[in-house]
Amino acid sequence: MPHSVTPKTEDMDTPMATHSQPTNPPAGDEDVTMTDAAPELPVAGQQKPESGTQQSAMKLDDLFDVDDDEFPSSNAPATIEQVDYASMSASDPALLRVFYQRLFPWRIFFQWLNHSPQPSKDFEHRELAFTLSNDAMLRYMSYRTADLLRKDVLRLVPTRIEIGPVYTTNPRERKMNLSGFRPQSKELCFDIDLTDYDDIRTCCDKANICHKCWRFMTMAIKVITAVLRDDFGFKHIMWVYSGRRGVHAWISDKAARVLDDRKRGVIAGYLQVVVGGAQGGKRVNLRRPLHPHIVRSINILKSHFQDDILEDQDPWRESDRAEKLLQSLPDLNLRDALRRKWDASPGRPSALKWQDIDAVARTVASKNKRFDTRALLEAKQDIVLEYTYPRLDINVSKKLNHLLKSPFVIHPGTGRVCVPINMRHIETFDPLGVPTIQNLIREIDEYKGPAVKNDRPIHDWEKTSLKPYIDYFRTHVTIMIKDEPDYKIKREKISQEGGSLW
Amino acid sequence: MIRQDFNRIEAKRRHVVDHRKKQFATPTYSDTQYPHRLNFYSTPPTGDIKLEEFEQWAIDRLRVLAELEACSFRNKTPAETAAHMKPLLDKYLPLEANTSASSHLAAQRKKDHYSHFILRLAFSSTKELRQRFARVETMLFRLRFTADDERAAFVSGLDLDWEPVTDEEKQEFAEELTATITVPGSKKQQTIEEASFCKVDWMRVPDLVEGRKVFLRHGMAFVPFKEQQSLVVTEFTAQLERALELTARALPRLDEDDRLTPILNHLSKNFVTPDAGYSGNGAAIEGAEITARNIDNLSQHFPMCMTHLHRTLRRDAHLKHYGRLQYSLFLKGIGLSLDECLTFWRQGFSKITDDTFNKEYRYNIRHVYGDVGGDSNRRSGGYSPYSCQKILTEHAPGPGEAHGCPYRHFNMENLAALLQATGVSDRAVLQGVKEDKEKQKFHLACNRVFEYVHRNEIKRAKDEGVMSANQLETIVHPNEYFKRSYLLKNLNGSSGASSGSGSGSYPPAAPVVGAATTPSQEEEDAAAAGDAGTDADVGGGDVKMEEGS
Repeated sequence: MPHSVTPKTEDMDTPMATHSQPTNPPAGDEDVTMTDAAPELPVAGQQKPESGTQQSAMKLDDLFDVDDDEFPSSNAPATIEQVDYASMSASDPALLRVFYQRLFPWRIFFQWLNHSPQPSKDFEHRELAFTLSNDAMLRYMSYRTADLLRKDVLRLVPTRIEIGPVYTTNPRERKMNLSGFRPQSKELCFDIDLTDYDDIRTCCDKANICHKCWRFMTMAIKVITAVLRDDFGFKHIMWVYSGRRGVHAWISDKAARVLDDRKRGVIAGYLQVVVGGAQGGKRVNLRRPLHPHIVRSINILKSHFQDDILEDQDPWRESDRAEKLLQSLPDLNLRDALRRKWDASPGRPSALKWQDIDAVARTVASKNKRFDTRALLEAKQDIVLEYTYPRLDINVSKKLNHLLKSPFVIHPGTGRVCVPINMRHIETFDPLGVPTIQNLIREIDEYKGPAVKNDRPIHDWEKTSLKPYIDYFRTHVTIMIKDEPDYKIKREKISQEGGSLW
Repeated sequence: MIRQDFNRIEAKRRHVVDHRKKQFATPTYSDTQYPHRLNFYSTPPTGDIKLEEFEQWAIDRLRVLAELEACSFRNKTPAETAAHMKPLLDKYLPLEANTSASSHLAAQRKKDHYSHFILRLAFSSTKELRQRFARVETMLFRLRFTADDERAAFVSGLDLDWEPVTDEEKQEFAEELTATITVPGSKKQQTIEEASFCKVDWMRVPDLVEGRKVFLRHGMAFVPFKEQQSLVVTEFTAQLERALELTARALPRLDEDDRLTPILNHLSKNFVTPDAGYSGNGAAIEGAEITARNIDNLSQHFPMCMTHLHRTLRRDAHLKHYGRLQYSLFLKGIGLSLDECLTFWRQGFSKITDDTFNKEYRYNIRHVYGDVGGDSNRRSGGYSPYSCQKILTEHAPGPGEAHGCPYRHFNMENLAALLQATGVSDRAVLQGVKEDKEKQKFHLACNRVFEYVHRNEIKRAKDEGVMSANQLETIVHPNEYFKRSYLLKNLNGSSGASSGSGSGSYPPAAPVVGAATTPSQEEEDAAAAGDAGTDADVGGGDVKMEEGS
């Protein structure tokens, strides 16, 4: 079984190269290296095993550890030439190919979309869409297994992979039965983008982000997760960093996947609090008494408002911006009093101005018996919500057949991997510290740790900073599959049942 | 490989597939009882009725449904709709309460029950009809449900699988639940102990969830008693939609002897445009009944430009943007209210769905009336009706468009054809129009036709001195044409004349060029080129297309 060794990898007998892939790598892997590894690519070929004993041990290990054999493991450096990865573009096909071949968690990805280890309709009839390096878009791609998908991705090397719904029939065969071809199920998705916060964030705008404005995302994730878990009872929620300035939520509960457009719209409507455009004046207008979910959201957001908005964003320091705050307050006398006070001390920080409102309101109220303290309280609640409450791109959630970028693809602009965000460490998640494709590939090369752990070779991703993210993804998927309604029922033909709605 | 034979039906499902076995089974129910005024229509009727009853009952119900739908087109509030519908319901589909102890109870309920199922047969054939029928039936149900004081008994008899909220749960979520039953601004608040809630899956009350009117916990919605209407109505719609789907599938196997199918076809056709065919001869005599359904009748008073628009609308069931604009403004000028105007266009555009109409046309019509749009538009009450000058000089009609002035924008052949089609066939008049047109005196041509059409009335008016001279001067505004025509035709009935003048709420005939330019003027339909052949009267090559001065 000749493992193809690409011409550029001839001097691979470095010490690290001794523990390499055993004789029976997955079929897809083999195919790719034989047919697709072009000579100029920095692709590591697989090595023949050193000794017979080791080989048999590896084989045994493979039998037990089926889940993991998709990850090619090679201790060989990705290339022998000293390539400066940092200077390569994140959408460089050569880099992307290495990433897809050695780092992308295909098997978990497959199980995540398939909701079961056995191939089923949920994956086979699932639309995937690829954007190629020439910006051409291939829609309605679908695959039966993870290996077939991986093989095709390595052939096409898309810069972007998007995930669509599960259709009634195989998307590739849609033209055979156009009338019966319709989307059937998809994860419930949410998309939040920092550009929607441009009218309230002072630190950055457009595509730029920093740690200060990332706090908006943290707040949004907390609020929406609470709604989805407590109110709607969804359990399998995964937040994914979109690579630059936003996050996506994927809810994989069976009940969420089969929601129709109307019900998706209902959830979106339930969540939507900030309405209208930046020119529309006051953007939060809620009925009183507040709905329990809004009350809970305010409780979550209160401390964030104090720290992240008043202190860090300082949105009303300039007088023209403070005017916007004044417009949201109910009482004209109060507005005038505050305006006079703030004009006297230009550049007064927002935290103090926020305190001023109450202080000045007390004086105004003492003069005017009819002063409506309740209206002021409500206005202040509305302001807190306007500056902290999540702003959703509602159309992503509403439509069953909306495409959304897959986790673990590379953002072409930043080179960052679209990693899942561990909810436990939500506070410390650092979007700017997310591994980039260039760094990951260098990390494989620079890896000096042990090559075998628990009697199996270490995967390439385990050598990199991608490890915690893939670990989290795998845990998420494992728990999700166990919770599938079909999981416990031993079925003869999961393939026929998996995609059907009822 | 696990997957081998895809076509094998799973053992568990086998019996479900073969529903033919069930189809001719003897119904186990034979005599339906109607314990409640309201009906979920879950059991089909099995008794015998006369063919006349079959038709009459269906038509009566259809009349109610059509009117109800018209109410929704007119943006009526639920209260207005209820007030509007009450006499109709009492007349066509009365349903008295159990307490009334009326001797007709059974008969009324039977009629309601049977007519519903007859219409189901008539309206299950296409998806559009099904959706529309389900929607209006839901409206009717909601209307009756809100009005019914015996609904509690009805609801309790439904067996809707509602889980009551226990006292422990009430205590646990006291704060949250209180927020959902508190009515803002009301002194007398229901306390949590008094209120009763039921617990259902949130998907069964989408409206309440979307509007954040219920408390949600782990996917269960805590529905307060007063919101249970939403639940019942949603359930009604869901059941009806399912049943219609089944009816549609069973329809091809309808065991029929050629007596019902024509009736059913007739019914479903009528439902498409409930009022389109209606134009009572005597309507105009009663006075200025300016309503959507009366436009056909009133169109005899329209100047040629509007007649042409009206005929085109009736022929194509569509008008392009400037045609709609010109015609809507004219109708607005003759006193057609916004609601009626919306109804008129909705019914006129009979080939499109409600959805398309609401999305693409509704806003523009409301904008014209100043119901929506920018502050200035709303304050000034929308646009003013176009004067002759504006029609003559602005926006010459292109292919497929029917607006403009026929005297100017038609070639002579087409103009003559149009005039003859509307009853102007006198050679001298046609010759005069031709000369006026050649001299570009389009007003004169229009007035010439007016004088010819109303020659008898004008003579009488002059003889009797009913109208002063300045009331008979040259017409320079389409709305003036209508008003004068209407008044002249109704000279003999003084009541008609007075109410007719009252209807003339059109603005002065002054040119209103500036006011009528709208920011929302949409691009012409992309299909313009495709329509070019259908509208032979317009845009002849010999017409000089001038831009507005």
